[in-house]
Amino acid sequence: MSTDPQAILSLQGVIKRFGGLTAVDQVSFEVPKGQVFALIGPNGAGKTTLFNCITGMHVPTAGRVVFEGRNIAGSKPYKTAQLGIARTFQNIRLFEFMSALDNVKVGEHVRMKAKLWDAIFRTPFAKREEREVTERAMEFLKFVGIERHADNYARNLAYGQQRRLEIARALATEPHLLLLDEPAAGFTPQEKVELMKLVDKIIARGITVFLIEHDMKVVMEVSQRIVVLDHGEKIAEGPPTEVRNNPRVIEAYLGKSA
Amino acid sequence: MKRLREAIRENSRNPNAIAYAAMAIAALTFPGISQFATGGNADYLVSLAADSGVFVLLAIGLNVVVGFAGLLDLGYAAFFAIGSYTYGMLASQQLISSPIHHALHVPFWIALVLGTFIAAGAGALLGAPTLRLRGDYLAIVTLGFGEIVPRFFRNMKVWTSGVNGISALDIPTLPFWITGPWANTQLAIEQNFRFVSFNPTAWYVLIIILVVASVIGVNNLYRSRLGRAWMAVREDETAAAAMGVNTVNTKLLAFAIGASFSGFAGAFYGAKLSLVSPDSFGFIVSITILSMVVLGGMGNIPGAMVGALLLYWVLYKFLPDAPQQVAALADNFGFHSLNVITPNWPGIAEFVSRLKFILFGLILVSIMLLRPQGLLPSRLRTQELKRGVHDESAVVTS
Repeated sequence: MSTDPQAILSLQGVIKRFGGLTAVDQVSFEVPKGQVFALIGPNGAGKTTLFNCITGMHVPTAGRVVFEGRNIAGSKPYKTAQLGIARTFQNIRLFEFMSALDNVKVGEHVRMKAKLWDAIFRTPFAKREEREVTERAMEFLKFVGIERHADNYARNLAYGQQRRLEIARALATEPHLLLLDEPAAGFTPQEKVELMKLVDKIIARGITVFLIEHDMKVVMEVSQRIVVLDHGEKIAEGPPTEVRNNPRVIEAYLGKSA
Repeated sequence: MKRLREAIRENSRNPNAIAYAAMAIAALTFPGISQFATGGNADYLVSLAADSGVFVLLAIGLNVVVGFAGLLDLGYAAFFAIGSYTYGMLASQQLISSPIHHALHVPFWIALVLGTFIAAGAGALLGAPTLRLRGDYLAIVTLGFGEIVPRFFRNMKVWTSGVNGISALDIPTLPFWITGPWANTQLAIEQNFRFVSFNPTAWYVLIIILVVASVIGVNNLYRSRLGRAWMAVREDETAAAAMGVNTVNTKLLAFAIGASFSGFAGAFYGAKLSLVSPDSFGFIVSITILSMVVLGGMGNIPGAMVGALLLYWVLYKFLPDAPQQVAALADNFGFHSLNVITPNWPGIAEFVSRLKFILFGLILVSIMLLRPQGLLPSRLRTQELKRGVHDESAVVTS
């Protein structure tokens, strides 16, 4: 299978089985660089499992996950983060008893260079790096609009702010590809509009966004290309208008007509 | 002067700063005051204080593992043993009877560093296969390790003379030393100074220096990239990994760094006692250190130190002295009959002596009931206990 040079991520025949259950079955598609790409499908279709296969939390049973020209299937999660894939989680997973600022600074961990020696003796290099990291972390908080809450514990933020903080933390790893797992879940219409604006701003930074989302309005509006999963299989792929009218997609969501 | 005043005003409400200041003042004045108060007979007290410093070091080290990285270690005394035995074997006549037939007399200062690194290596060695385990499972493995290490030293008879332990360890020396009224002598510079056991003040000064250096180092670590990674792993390992934190290495470093403190604490302890015996490193030692950390405030460096000092003095001064004190009190207040031994009454001193560990337990339980977050908690633990970890109400509001 040839890889499109314009694709930042390419899945080639990815299979994930848990015992007898096939959660992801022979899925192949390519995520073009610099766009918003969406993955949709009914509950239990295998969307999050696929995300986990990309970020290294699961090792695919078979298939290749090619990120920027190299196969990363089976890499450890911290390796994929180093390579430039960041993610958020469907059920928010922040470091609850750390401040919002520290959460973002953990995101920057992967781009920091201070060694153990620097840390113990707090060398001038370590001090300078800490200062820079703090400034950058504040910028990321500003970017998602929660800089007022920098010193609050992550767990004490409101729900919407926590979602934003997760995005800020992911952005702090300076990814090329950002995976958002249901970023609009539980949002009010107003918050959804703000989220879409935020996604536009992320794209403007040159980061490719790959998201799972249930809200069709958000998906149709924000994404350039959509892949639909059902029972672990890819049933459709294409631009929003095309996918929306695909009979198999309608069937998967609404059931077979009698 | 102005800056000092500003620093005081800024920190006058910060419990950690107050604790540090109080401990620093106490540490500086303790030998002088105790010598003065006892009319020059406080060598025993100063020596006890130096020993309590060893436990402060141990608590600081265990706090890195348990408090920062959230890894429950029930066999921490194993590393203490490794540090002590390192010094015992490398700085005595012991190895003459071993297969290498050669006594090594490594200087104390080098052995201190060696003990640190060997204990850190042992920490990494234990950590490498076990840190994939989480929570309770890890605790059980460390428990096993804590049991194995002292037995290992006891059974390696040719190297460690088994149950008898290693005695007559080399006395640390320095080219010169400043002595003065705080050690009950004239102000003078002594040349070719030897850390003999009847000069506890020298040991006291040495342990204070070690503790101060450790606090600075650990505090730097806490505020560094690595400290944040530790806390991230403690909070949510999966999320930390997704953010690019190499969780296995991070936990390994916590283990190794935590162990290194007990390594040099062990070398110091062995040298000061001039004796290393396999009985000094049992499970009860591990549990005592863990209690110190929990009691003082997990995850907070001055908290762990306060906990260590308090528990040490209760265990080694207050409780052993309690029987005589109570007997004297009974005499002074006219209850002589309490001190008369009859077939049914062992005397108040013996009675209290038998109650010692009930008293100890009561002290522990009441502190934990009154201050479950520890005496000097980290900001974090306070919140956690106030709101409850699984309380979701805070998330949904606003």
